[in-house]
Amino acid sequence: MIEVRGLTKRYGDKVAVDGLSFGIEPGKVTGFLGPNGAGKTTTMRLILELDYPDAGSITVGGKRYRDLAYPMREVGALLDAKSVHGGRSAYNHLLCLAQTNNLPKRRVAEVLELVGMSAVARKRSKGFSLGMSQRLGIAATLLGDPKVVMFDEPVNGLDPEGILWIRNLMKTLAAEGRTVFVSSHLMSEMENTADHLIVVGRGKLIADCTMAEFIARSSGAAVKVRTPAPDALVLAIAAKGGQASADADGTLVVRGLATDQVGDIAFEQGIRVHELTMVRASLEEAFMELTGDSVEYRAGIPAASVPVGPGTSGSGV
Amino acid sequence: MTTSPASSGKLPLSTLPSASGRASLGGALRSEWTKIRSVRSTYWTLIALLVVSIGLDALISAASSSHLQSHPADKVGFDSTQVSLFAFAFLGQLILAVLGGMVITAEYSTGMIRTSLSVQPRRGTLYVAKAMVFAGVALVVSFFTSFVAFFLGQALLSSSGMNASLSGPGVLRAVVGTALVVTLVGMFAFGLGAIFRHTAATIATAIGMMFVVPIIINLLPDNWRIEVVRWLPSSALDRISATIPGANPHMFGPWGQFAVTAAWAVAALVAGIILFRKRDA
Repeated sequence: MIEVRGLTKRYGDKVAVDGLSFGIEPGKVTGFLGPNGAGKTTTMRLILELDYPDAGSITVGGKRYRDLAYPMREVGALLDAKSVHGGRSAYNHLLCLAQTNNLPKRRVAEVLELVGMSAVARKRSKGFSLGMSQRLGIAATLLGDPKVVMFDEPVNGLDPEGILWIRNLMKTLAAEGRTVFVSSHLMSEMENTADHLIVVGRGKLIADCTMAEFIARSSGAAVKVRTPAPDALVLAIAAKGGQASADADGTLVVRGLATDQVGDIAFEQGIRVHELTMVRASLEEAFMELTGDSVEYRAGIPAASVPVGPGTSGSGV
Repeated sequence: MTTSPASSGKLPLSTLPSASGRASLGGALRSEWTKIRSVRSTYWTLIALLVVSIGLDALISAASSSHLQSHPADKVGFDSTQVSLFAFAFLGQLILAVLGGMVITAEYSTGMIRTSLSVQPRRGTLYVAKAMVFAGVALVVSFFTSFVAFFLGQALLSSSGMNASLSGPGVLRAVVGTALVVTLVGMFAFGLGAIFRHTAATIATAIGMMFVVPIIINLLPDNWRIEVVRWLPSSALDRISATIPGANPHMFGPWGQFAVTAAWAVAALVAGIILFRKRDA
């Protein structure tokens, strides 16, 4: 549906997108992941021809974006919910967009109803909260009944209700057979919604695969062992071809061996084991591992002291 | 707020009629008309234009009328048409320049340009539609203001016996020409807006070209000044609003000066569209 080939974009000396190639297939939620500054927004701006690439090409349904007969019927994009003239009412904002693509006026009322904004349709958008602005932006993307919807960081700054609403919307749009292309710097967001992943770091493609492949491709499963004799167990595991590393509290993390094998090794060596657990790599960890080298701005604090989890939303990795 | 859209499994939207043709100038014109009529700044600017132009011109005409009655000698060389259009020509052009510039710079200051271009990526179409809608609004408002200022001014000047009529020599040309040149100045500012993409820079440049440059030129030695002044965009209003023969002998004729200002406007509009199409938004 969208084909990106050898895309490169520089802003001054800075390379924002560097030889990026990927395709977006119809009828799927494709997550577009990468740390902040990885080139996600730039890529989306290039797809819409808001910016022009220095090299490479993009086609939407086989055509350049500017050659689409009715762009709103092909692509509905929401890059920034605040890209609106605040002095214009929600209704007039949507009306002036619909008119460019000869869409019927009734469509405006329909999309306002869909996003639950009929009551504020005549209000000027400068008074809207971020959540309302986001809904208005989504209403605009749906005006033309597009085959592709594209959202840039749609849940940023939203409350839990808003996040749930957007997630459900994306699933519904995909279930209707539309292509959904959504960017995020948060893996946890994708875990629940995306079928396919395109991962970028520093403007380059890191992975283009299904969600399942992405998790499997990363370090995968590990085994956590708690033992009073970690040193002896590390040696025994190494002898069997596994790699074990010790945490600060003496817990071992073993890779390359399954839980059964680790248990057997400990039994054979007569080493006491107080805990033996299988740890499935989370998407967040797989993501961190893959993009670790491509994070643009790394904080000067050790990773271990940074709490990882939903609480870090929006902290910019 | 509404419930989750997923509950029904399908979005409650009606089917769109099938499309033929493509998004082109017609839709862009309707869209730009919606845009310009749906923000308050348009109304404030146009109300300011009407109040300042018509109000000040009425005051000037009334004051001139009583002056002429007490100083009849000043009736020689008094141009009642030009006097009744003075505030519209002098300040009206500035107010319309603000609107012309803002029509395009507001798209950038609000971020709306990104939305506008993503629904109509054919940038030339968007630019031409925007310019046409602004030109249409500017033209209608300018003609209205020019005629109202003229008739009101002449009514106030009638007690001095110096009131002009539209059928007088050069009078209709002055009233119509002033409206046209004020519109051109607005178009000039529109082009500057596309070049600078920034309201303050656009308005500062427009004011500089229309008000500051003529003052600087006036400081030049006479033989230089008269060579330069006819090429300025600001000179047309002096020339075209004058009905007394022999005024501004160093300038081109009224329509010659009109052509000079038109050329400035066209140059700004062309530079604007080239940059508008070429640059990242």
